[in-house]
Amino acid sequence: MRRQIPLYIVLVCGIVFVIQFFIPSHESEFIFEYGQDWVMVIGILALPLGIWSYLRKTWLTAVKKPKERFFAGVSLFGFAIMMLTGLKRESLMAGSLYMELFEYVLIPIQATIFSLLAFYIASAAYRAFRARSVIATMLLGTAFIVMLRLIPLGPISDVNQALVGWILSVPNMAAKRGLLIGIGLGAIATCIKIILGIERTYLGRD
Amino acid sequence: MKWHEKMLNIDRRWIYLILGVAVIVPAVVSFHVPVNVTPEVRRVYDFIEDLKPGDIFYVGIDYDPASLAELHPMAYAILDQCFRKDIKPVVATLSQFGAGMAEQVLSEVAAEYGKESGIDYCYLGYKPYPAITIMLMGVDFRVPFPQDYYGTPIDSIPMMRYVHNFDDLKGVISLSAGTSSEFWIIYGYGRYFMPLALGVTGVMAADYYPYLQSGQIFGLISGIKGAAEYEALTEYKGEGLKSIPYQTTTHVVILAFIIVSNIGYFASRRSKK
Amino acid sequence: MIRFKIRLALILISASVLLLFGYISSPGQELEAPPEPLPAPPTNVVISDDPNDDGHTTIVSWQLSRDDGAGLNNVMAYEIFRSTSPEGEFLQVGVMGKGLDSYIDRGEKEKTRNGEPNPRYIGAGIDYYYKMRAKSTTGTYSEFSELVVGQAKNNWYHTGKTNIMIAVLIFSGLVIYFITAAKRGKELYVRPIAGIDAVDESIGRATEMGRPILFVLGTGTAADLATIAGYTILARVAKMTADYQTKVLVPVNEPVMLAVAQETVKSAYMEAGRPDMYDEQNIFYVTAMQFPFVAAVCGLMIREQTATNFYMGIFHAESLILAETGAITGAIQISGTDQLAQLPFFIAATDYTLIGEELYAASGYLSKEALLLGPVKAQDYAKVILLTLLGLAVITWSFGWGFFKSLISTIS
Repeated sequence: MRRQIPLYIVLVCGIVFVIQFFIPSHESEFIFEYGQDWVMVIGILALPLGIWSYLRKTWLTAVKKPKERFFAGVSLFGFAIMMLTGLKRESLMAGSLYMELFEYVLIPIQATIFSLLAFYIASAAYRAFRARSVIATMLLGTAFIVMLRLIPLGPISDVNQALVGWILSVPNMAAKRGLLIGIGLGAIATCIKIILGIERTYLGRD
Repeated sequence: MKWHEKMLNIDRRWIYLILGVAVIVPAVVSFHVPVNVTPEVRRVYDFIEDLKPGDIFYVGIDYDPASLAELHPMAYAILDQCFRKDIKPVVATLSQFGAGMAEQVLSEVAAEYGKESGIDYCYLGYKPYPAITIMLMGVDFRVPFPQDYYGTPIDSIPMMRYVHNFDDLKGVISLSAGTSSEFWIIYGYGRYFMPLALGVTGVMAADYYPYLQSGQIFGLISGIKGAAEYEALTEYKGEGLKSIPYQTTTHVVILAFIIVSNIGYFASRRSKK
Repeated sequence: MIRFKIRLALILISASVLLLFGYISSPGQELEAPPEPLPAPPTNVVISDDPNDDGHTTIVSWQLSRDDGAGLNNVMAYEIFRSTSPEGEFLQVGVMGKGLDSYIDRGEKEKTRNGEPNPRYIGAGIDYYYKMRAKSTTGTYSEFSELVVGQAKNNWYHTGKTNIMIAVLIFSGLVIYFITAAKRGKELYVRPIAGIDAVDESIGRATEMGRPILFVLGTGTAADLATIAGYTILARVAKMTADYQTKVLVPVNEPVMLAVAQETVKSAYMEAGRPDMYDEQNIFYVTAMQFPFVAAVCGLMIREQTATNFYMGIFHAESLILAETGAITGAIQISGTDQLAQLPFFIAATDYTLIGEELYAASGYLSKEALLLGPVKAQDYAKVILLTLLGLAVITWSFGWGFFKSLISTIS
């Protein structure tokens, strides 16, 4: 029974929102917005769950694993500082300690991790861009042509320019649209499986 | 271990080190890299260059501070060109975090030329829901923006007196790092058919070339390279051209890596045979 | 001296003659210009309801002024005015350029604004009065057109979505048909997917090495379809690991995702008959921010030396950072996403990639349950139908026949 009720809720909500898509009326708009509000409410209610999970995990790591104690400590310290400085309503105003920490500590750290991407692109290209087979060679050749067009010195010739225009708007576009059709159908199929209760692994135990 | 095996299984820390050096070198040794101007960037430049003094041109600063590095140089160069040619830009933003930033760029460039808000340019500010805002601007700028950013009613702004919708403008350029570009094509060009050009980030470029081919946009400036091309055309001294040496060294290094790795791969295949 | 006087006289005479002529030939200042003819107003103004909305929009259409593009040819624009009563105050709701003959009047949905009635509000079933006038190129206006009245209606069916509805019905029919066929024991062939075949082997490898498995559900939200597909794969993977007693680590970046992932793994272990294996500590929340999450997951890979990494769901710029770190630690990596921009990175840096729809089909493949394979088969048939339609549309449209094209186009 515990498992039946969620399944019925899924079935009813699923069908209601499919029908809603085809009805432009005022009432139907209201149902849609009401549903969206619920998603937000659930998200906010789940937040303490996330914080509890984080605190418990990090605390246990600090206690049980001496090797990782330092890192867990840094993490908890950061959590405490951001929470304490962010408690006041004014802390979201420019110039507050919270915003200063956000702007001059968090954002630069994020930018640093993002910039790792440049290095990883180099090492991934070194490892993956090899002419292993006929198809891989074709890919390598195409990539080279496109890159020569996009580097600062490019396009190296008018032929290069025209060829890249064609590559991007014909084969590239065709492949993308093909993938998108597949993804669209796959998404609908998954929805039908969920609405009909065929796929229920995400629902948990009885 | 043979040389080609070594090459294939190179410790990736060497790769990171070489790339790191490639990033630092241009900061230490200054050198000049010629920038090839592509036709899609030139078309934007020529379009604005061919406008007459007093013509009105819409510049959408539709990005937020996160993509500032790539799109800011474009905004500076384009506004500089407009003011130099006495063209009157109408500026608005469709990005939530873009309003303050757009104001800063606009007033900075305007101050250089001694231009006045309301007479030489108009800044409308920010409105949410980009698609709807674009459609409403097609009806009348007064509908989404009854007042400009500073609170002046549009009807009391001298340069906006006879400007109602896109029909009264010479063209539109939107600088964006997200979906706004697509909205401009669908809801802007798709409905009102005004001349439209886009400025986008480097990773988005590939997605927008097809629109150039189909004629839905007349020009495209992409990434820091596009910004540099534009600066080269307008002779504006901005961040775009300054970034080109860094782009060049890193690109060349990555291309070299791919070539070296393939040489190693071929050599090892040959020796296996 | 005399010659000088004559010259002076001549100059004076000619100057006065010039002045006199100049006065006569410039009738300007004091004489009034003839009154400029006003343009004719637009005619036959009709107010109709927008058939596909919730009752806040009307469509105004009219016949062009006879001076628009013809006659005096001095119309520049049309101005549209609306009021709730024939004598009331009329509000200018729109301006349309010359040559255009209709205007969509999108009213606002809020009845009041700041405690006062909102003049831009349009509601269903209320009479709205409209009048129009033409504006000339010199800024003068025509007379107003005749006053007309109309209403907006609250509509119950979107006529532009009929083709979508038919497509959904056909596709659902196909899915149900294949599910029932599979239930009756019909053998459904689906092509093998390398990434899915590798799941077994990769779990076995982690067991042999005695190292944990990492499962990342991406940086989307709990309700994204790709994330849901991720849960279904997580369930299968967790069930397989229960038999081998291998640990699965699931760091998540959304609290709702945490709850769903915990339940998914718990029930998978129960199903495998090993509820004792479940440890809540292994499925944990890290942070909702993209790059801090990446830093945490990369750290986890290096510290725990995970033997197998799964990336299933929605990924953004972090895809390559995660996959390269995984490659450094020497893990076997299987990825799957429907984000086209990230697919190239995953294909380059991981061992196997489930591309787009394969991610959605994976749970069916892994469970080998007929019920779950039915929809995969239905997808194939739907694709055949769609591609045939697309082909027909392209060919017939090239010959000027728009029927098939209209079947697959949507109204925005």
